[in-house]
Amino acid sequence: MKVQFGIFSVGDVTTDPTDGRTPTEHERIKAMVAIALKAEEAGLDVFATGEHHNPPFVPSSPTTMLGYIAARTSRLILSTATTLITTNDPVKIAEDYAMLQHLADGRVDLMMGRGNTGPVYPWFGQDIRQGVPLAIENYALLHKLWREDVVDWKGRFRTPLQGFTSTPRPLDGVPPFVWHGSIRTPEIAEQAAFYGDGFFANNIFWPKEHFQRLIELYRERYAHYGHGTPEQAIVGLGGQVFMRAKSQDAVREFRPYFDNAPVYGHGPSLEDFTAETPLTVGSPQEVIDKTLTFRDSFGDYQRQLFLMDHAGLPLKTVLEQIDILGEEVVPVLRKEFAIGRPANVPDAPTHLSRLGEKNS
Amino acid sequence: MKLVAVSAGLTQPSSTRLLTDRLVEATVRAVGDEVNVEEVNVGEVNVEEVEVEVVELRDLATDIANNFVTGFAGRALRAAQEAVTSADGLIAVTPIFTASYSGLFKSFFDVLDPESLEAKPTLIAATGGTPRHSLALEHALRPMFAYLHAVVAPTAVYAAAEDWGNDDGLPDRVRRAATELAGLMRHRAPAREERLVPFAEQLAALTREP
Repeated sequence: MKVQFGIFSVGDVTTDPTDGRTPTEHERIKAMVAIALKAEEAGLDVFATGEHHNPPFVPSSPTTMLGYIAARTSRLILSTATTLITTNDPVKIAEDYAMLQHLADGRVDLMMGRGNTGPVYPWFGQDIRQGVPLAIENYALLHKLWREDVVDWKGRFRTPLQGFTSTPRPLDGVPPFVWHGSIRTPEIAEQAAFYGDGFFANNIFWPKEHFQRLIELYRERYAHYGHGTPEQAIVGLGGQVFMRAKSQDAVREFRPYFDNAPVYGHGPSLEDFTAETPLTVGSPQEVIDKTLTFRDSFGDYQRQLFLMDHAGLPLKTVLEQIDILGEEVVPVLRKEFAIGRPANVPDAPTHLSRLGEKNS
Repeated sequence: MKLVAVSAGLTQPSSTRLLTDRLVEATVRAVGDEVNVEEVNVGEVNVEEVEVEVVELRDLATDIANNFVTGFAGRALRAAQEAVTSADGLIAVTPIFTASYSGLFKSFFDVLDPESLEAKPTLIAATGGTPRHSLALEHALRPMFAYLHAVVAPTAVYAAAEDWGNDDGLPDRVRRAATELAGLMRHRAPAREERLVPFAEQLAALTREP
């Protein structure tokens, strides 16, 4: 698979502005599962869930949800968007995700993020001013726990370890692939480059110029650390779409959700926002055209995730959207992205490809 | 050299813009005088060398509000922010509302990258209906720009309505402030270079005792 396509969910419980109905937490959690199953059915490659520890978000426990989805799917890669590397204990991340990796037969990767909700840090006993150092130290430990059987370790933020073995060991001795997500921090792009890990730019809410600088930095530093050429660095991007066969139908149906969306609602017009950000509201062809420009802006890349289930959109609509994505958009994008893609640009990493690299 | 003025006047025309234009004009002239005094080859130097841009915040009011909601600046606001960031000198002028700078004026600087005014030569000025609000410059604007690490000229210029109808010193204050700003612009400290901290250094910092 050259480019992986998938869905990422924030897991927000939001009132549907068109009928005033608010789903229960139970309904929302089940809806996220239904969305993941639909993603596999529609031929998509990835489902990723966010991690939150405050209302109105439900996904506080990603491995529980992903483990359940793993049992009901066979092909779909299960990922996070994001895993809070600042406030989770890296030892527990090492254990939980290695366990998930075994249960899912390797269909697991993670996206590390610092989290943007201030109070989560103190709730979990941390200091937000230490966000970047926490991300660096915790990930360094996680990286070691997955690669060394017996770990002696001492750091600034967590109790030291003597003779500790994180179990289960990663499947086939291959740790889950890791993406580092950041929307503004060069230190995180530098961290991803240092390890030769992936860099995910969740570009959906901001203009592209901002992310071009970050991704360029990541690519350049990836090469600096000897993992390959800048073009070979592993880049993931976000996208946000709403589609109907006729463009004006899509705009009419989506506008109330846009106007009341928690992130950008009551601000710019739908038209201004679509001009400035990756959001596309229109026909499948418009979505294809916009998504193809990402490659011009950021270079050939490995993973494209779409946000589809937020702002109170009903489950039925979201499932229809995933069908359109799978039937009319992704097949064309797969074909178009393959054209002119240099042979030395790596495919999206999977457990199998990484196992192959390990054995070669 | 680039001189950028930010004017938060709301009416068109506004006395805030009027004061802005007087300050810009005086500063351009003062930069020219400075150059003429310092350079041996006077003939080659003229005031045309100062590139001037005036940012009217009224035109950006909606964009500024949207920036609060979305977290990013739209095209027009981005252009204004880039102008201010790249300027060699800044003239910031606001009407005084409710004992302080106007909300629009503050909002523009709230959504600006807080590092973009570091070491920036800056002249602060304000307008108001009566002279009784003049110290708002010292109590509100000066601390705000000090917080942002701007280098603020010692003379701040306040123009009350009555100042436009007498010759009681406004032209002198404009001239004095402009001369100070021109001096700061001519002898400006070079901007600090942005530096990426290499990963090894970030890791090493963690192993040192805090």
